[in-house]
Amino acid sequence: MLVQNLAILVLAGFVGFAVISKVPNTLHTPLMSGTNAIHGIVVLGGFIVLGLGAEGVLNKILLVVAIAFGTINVVGGFLVTDRMLGMFKDKDRSGK
Amino acid sequence: MSENWTALLYLVAAVCFIFALKGLSSPSTARVGNLVGAAGALVAVLVVFAAERPDRLVWILVAIAVGGAIGTLAARRVAMTAMPQMVALFNGVGGAAGALVALLELAEGTSGDLAHLAVTAFTVLIGSITFSGSVLTFGKLQELVTGRPILFPGMRWVALATVAGTLAAGVWVAVDGEVLGAVLLAVLTLALGLLLVLPVGGADVPIVISLLNAFSGITVAASGYVLSNTLLIVAGTLVGASGTLLTKMMADAMGRSLVNILFGAFAGGSTLG
Repeated sequence: MLVQNLAILVLAGFVGFAVISKVPNTLHTPLMSGTNAIHGIVVLGGFIVLGLGAEGVLNKILLVVAIAFGTINVVGGFLVTDRMLGMFKDKDRSGK
Repeated sequence: MSENWTALLYLVAAVCFIFALKGLSSPSTARVGNLVGAAGALVAVLVVFAAERPDRLVWILVAIAVGGAIGTLAARRVAMTAMPQMVALFNGVGGAAGALVALLELAEGTSGDLAHLAVTAFTVLIGSITFSGSVLTFGKLQELVTGRPILFPGMRWVALATVAGTLAAGVWVAVDGEVLGAVLLAVLTLALGLLLVLPVGGADVPIVISLLNAFSGITVAASGYVLSNTLLIVAGTLVGASGTLLTKMMADAMGRSLVNILFGAFAGGSTLG
């Protein structure tokens, strides 16, 4: 299991490097924001731990906080990226 | 849902994320790319509900509703000029979520061998650094904290002591699986995140936000290992790798080196105020 996961990790790492290697400077901030939204998917971890175990009130409350945090990350992240990119488009139009 | 279906749909989500990154790196496809990423996230959430059938749906749905409302409001209301610090905050809470999940998985006592416990400790460590570091970058850009590099006498020694304490607590967690050790580790690494960002000058802060973004990618990948969830490993690693490369490209575009940005103030050199 450890080696299998390590293989996935290394391959995904190379893909991550490869796909963004040609990003122009103007897209640095939206790309940062977009990748930021993607890692909000950590919210899945919260579902799994809260949904399949978690005894004790404190644990449950902390997991609810974790899920809320993850949701803020993923929802807010994609929305704010979209707003940023919308701004780019308007700028291009008025520039032409 | 069968294991094969779950794996297949996780793969779909992972491919969505890869296309999202690809799309986001070109002006004509960026907006679509972002939507593809959001679609991938939605698929992933639906699959995890169908596959794992988590209990306590009320708790989970309330948490999603609260988080979704806060996220939507924040993203809609934020001023165009304040977007970088908003991204920093979103990033910080993402890192915190990863650290909390690992900490509570440990508290549930389901964790096993040395490798598993070591990765759990690592997740808590890097997630906490990301959280406190991101909150401080928010403070700097929002001008709640001065944008100038902050140094205090003996800071180097405080930092070294914190690193030593972090290592000790990390080993404690890895060997004993001790929850108290993990809490101590979280506290120490929260301090470490602050110590990392304090000496950074205002103009360099966006690059540090990008670095912390890569850190939370790594947090998510590590938490994926802790929970044996392939999608978290893939998504986290994608973000960790692309985020690291992006940080380097941003630093290059500004003609700065990352080492100089992070540690320049210690060396007495300039870090752009």
